[in-house]
Amino acid sequence: MAKGIRDKVAILGMGCSKFGERWDMNAEDLMVEAYVEALGDAGIETKQIDAAWLGTAIEEQHVGKSAVPLAVALRLPYIPVTRVENFCATGTEAFRGAVYAVASGAADIALALGVEKLKDTGYGGLPQRGRGTLPNMTWPNASAPGYFAQLAAAYRAKHGSAPEDLKRAMAHVSVKSHDNGGRNAKAHLRNKITIDTVLNSPMIAEPLGLYDCCGVSDGAACAIVTTPEIARSLGKRDLVSVKALQVSVSNGTEAQHNSWDGSYFATTRIAATRAYQEAGIAKPREEISLIEVHDCFSVTELVTMEDLHISAEGRAIHDILDGFYDADGTIPCQIDGGLKCFGHPIGASGLRMIYEMYLQMQGRAGERQRKDMPRLGLTHNLGGFPHQNVCSISIVGRYEG
Amino acid sequence: MTFGILAFGAYIPRLRLQRKAIADAHGWFNAALKGQGKGERAIANWDEDAVTMAVEAARDCLTGQDASRVEAVQMASTTFPFLDRLNSGVVAEALNLGQDLATADAGQTQRAATSVLMTALRGGPATLVLASDKRPVKAASPLEMTAGDGAAALLVGAGRPVATLLASATRTADFVDHYRTPESEFDYQWEERWIRDAGYMPLVPPVVKACLAKAGLGPEAVTRFCMPAVLAKVANSVAKAAGIPDAAVADNLHAVCGETGAAHPLVMLVAALEEAKPGETIMVVGFGQGADVLLFEVTDAIADLPARLGVKGHLARRKEEANYSKFLAFNDTIAMERGMRAEADKQTALSALWRNRATVTAFVGGRCTQCGTLQFPKTRVCVNPNCTAIDTQVPEPFAAKTGTINSYTADRLTYSPDPPACYGMIQFEEGGRWMMDFTDVDEKDLAVGQPMRMMFRVKDMDSQRGFRRYFWKAAPAAVTETSGRA
Repeated sequence: MAKGIRDKVAILGMGCSKFGERWDMNAEDLMVEAYVEALGDAGIETKQIDAAWLGTAIEEQHVGKSAVPLAVALRLPYIPVTRVENFCATGTEAFRGAVYAVASGAADIALALGVEKLKDTGYGGLPQRGRGTLPNMTWPNASAPGYFAQLAAAYRAKHGSAPEDLKRAMAHVSVKSHDNGGRNAKAHLRNKITIDTVLNSPMIAEPLGLYDCCGVSDGAACAIVTTPEIARSLGKRDLVSVKALQVSVSNGTEAQHNSWDGSYFATTRIAATRAYQEAGIAKPREEISLIEVHDCFSVTELVTMEDLHISAEGRAIHDILDGFYDADGTIPCQIDGGLKCFGHPIGASGLRMIYEMYLQMQGRAGERQRKDMPRLGLTHNLGGFPHQNVCSISIVGRYEG
Repeated sequence: MTFGILAFGAYIPRLRLQRKAIADAHGWFNAALKGQGKGERAIANWDEDAVTMAVEAARDCLTGQDASRVEAVQMASTTFPFLDRLNSGVVAEALNLGQDLATADAGQTQRAATSVLMTALRGGPATLVLASDKRPVKAASPLEMTAGDGAAALLVGAGRPVATLLASATRTADFVDHYRTPESEFDYQWEERWIRDAGYMPLVPPVVKACLAKAGLGPEAVTRFCMPAVLAKVANSVAKAAGIPDAAVADNLHAVCGETGAAHPLVMLVAALEEAKPGETIMVVGFGQGADVLLFEVTDAIADLPARLGVKGHLARRKEEANYSKFLAFNDTIAMERGMRAEADKQTALSALWRNRATVTAFVGGRCTQCGTLQFPKTRVCVNPNCTAIDTQVPEPFAAKTGTINSYTADRLTYSPDPPACYGMIQFEEGGRWMMDFTDVDEKDLAVGQPMRMMFRVKDMDSQRGFRRYFWKAAPAAVTETSGRA
């Protein structure tokens, strides 16, 4: 395996817009909102940025194609700007582009910005869109919850879990995220709910009810990265550095080969193993202090706990119900509210997760700040569907070089 | 080698609309409908049409037959989904019959199927004769009560027939009992008593007699008399006028199915063949701007025909539907607010459809000749993680395979004409899997491991361009113990 990028790149500044139904904002306005915060945090000027990456997934709903919208919105000075899209891993892919540019020496300071404007469709849920000429002819007329809901059927069949036990653990996931979102002024959903709220909510896609599904939000998030040396030369202390960045992409095995049983994410397991290796982590359950995972649906978060090798296989239900992942638990998961309540502007989500890690590791997370300042944090995105997806994992931590 | 009917099959859609539901809805307006609110009529699911029903009837007919011997496909219908695209060509592609095939569509009359059958029985290529109809009906019309949706299939050719043609006769008369034009959309019908007194009674018996005369048989020889006629006792009156015993008059399936339009003479013939013993004589009548009469003798070979669902089995594969508004919505009889999600563009790239016709229309996947792995769709690189050989796959048909549910959901968010949309991962035991739509399934019956069979259905309707695309869906495999001929 390659040496990896551990500690080669540090975060110079970050910003995140408020997520939610931003009826008064264009995507460009959201970009500027996140960027102004990041620029101020980094303490630099626009002209110091050498290269930029724009991450956005459903561009046909807002800015259209290419990297031009970012360059125009921020008036970037004719630098290389690249637009990336990789389903829900889009934000982390933008981050990866910027981090790799710095690690390679091609750029001293690079920008990653993710944005999505999802609320201009006229209806709730994600926008309907084509999937390609041939998939349109052969794929089911499915929705995102319908694809992810199937994890539950396969998980129950594999582990013999009672439907009500699984549903209760899924409900706990959502209740926990609403509790956390209530302590986050930038979160889309800030109301507290109970287990019964989740269990009694209208069915969306069996067995996922309304409260098993994350918010569909507008928002943007932004990171400015550089080398630890440059960061220090700019007067930065308490650096947060990148320990690992891994992406694993389905190659059709899950969709077409009977070796996959439908109850887990093959990509997440592989990306997690590689990320721990790159970061030098031997025992994730003991070494990781904080995680932000892709809780697009409660059941996704549940099985992801196992795929990240933190809960043992078949034990996620128990860890969740025991409060292991609660804000005051051993490894808090979605301490900022997660996709569920912070919201899910697709292109921004990966960067939003890293933003939370960055705040927590600098003691700047306000009323949701962990008492023991986290040392190592993992973020995880899962784009596509359980049977065919893109998984990205990043590990960031305090720089001790 | 004898020429005749080598095999038969049928298809009746699973949903049975209770006529009482229609009567309850419209009795306030048309009191005459109240008296007709008995029994049930077969209604196509939203994703079924004359083409998909013909495919199912053909598959039923070809049970245990060597499909490669089919040399021609002729399809009769008055409700072809395409006015200018060969409908029998879609059916042939779905059946994966290859291109070395003669095909033709025949329509425009309720006796289209009997006319096609008569021609096919003259000898010549082994022909799959298909008849299928899904008639459009106006709300509160008599036809809404009496019509049913369905299809039948006969394999005609040389071999060891289950029935041979003794004689046939035909007459043409421009008797307009009803008509439909592209402008009118629905049938317009004249008075039923006139149709009986000036139509059936003077027109049919002479043709029956002519047919019997050609066969050199007396009317008492007919053991089963299959003549579709909605008006009560018309078939009995025609039989009586021709001297055919009343006991021979076959049930027109009004109580359990309804009249399946141009398909109905063949549906009744198949139902008769399912019950008939060797040596029996079956007469079939097609009526519409004249009459066709065919007389068959059932042979000993009928005892050896492999089990199939047929009319009887499909009638047993049944779900009562008491929701009349669902029928109206399925057929666009009322303007439903389908929601913004239904506005998604369903355009089909015809060039891509042609290129991928084996995958999409025939449901043919691949088998890797290097590692043996079955996969769908067929691709350049083998999906087996331990193989990944390039250009090693040969075509592997999946349509006849039974799969099992690996994962599933019932989705109320996505647009479906019949929510919830049920779909999931179907896994084939010998290899291969695909995430696909389910059809003819109830949410409560979904379970991991449930066996599912493949059915050819409408995938999407492109309302902007009037196109409809087809693909295969998974439906519960265990349907019924009843079989049309066991």
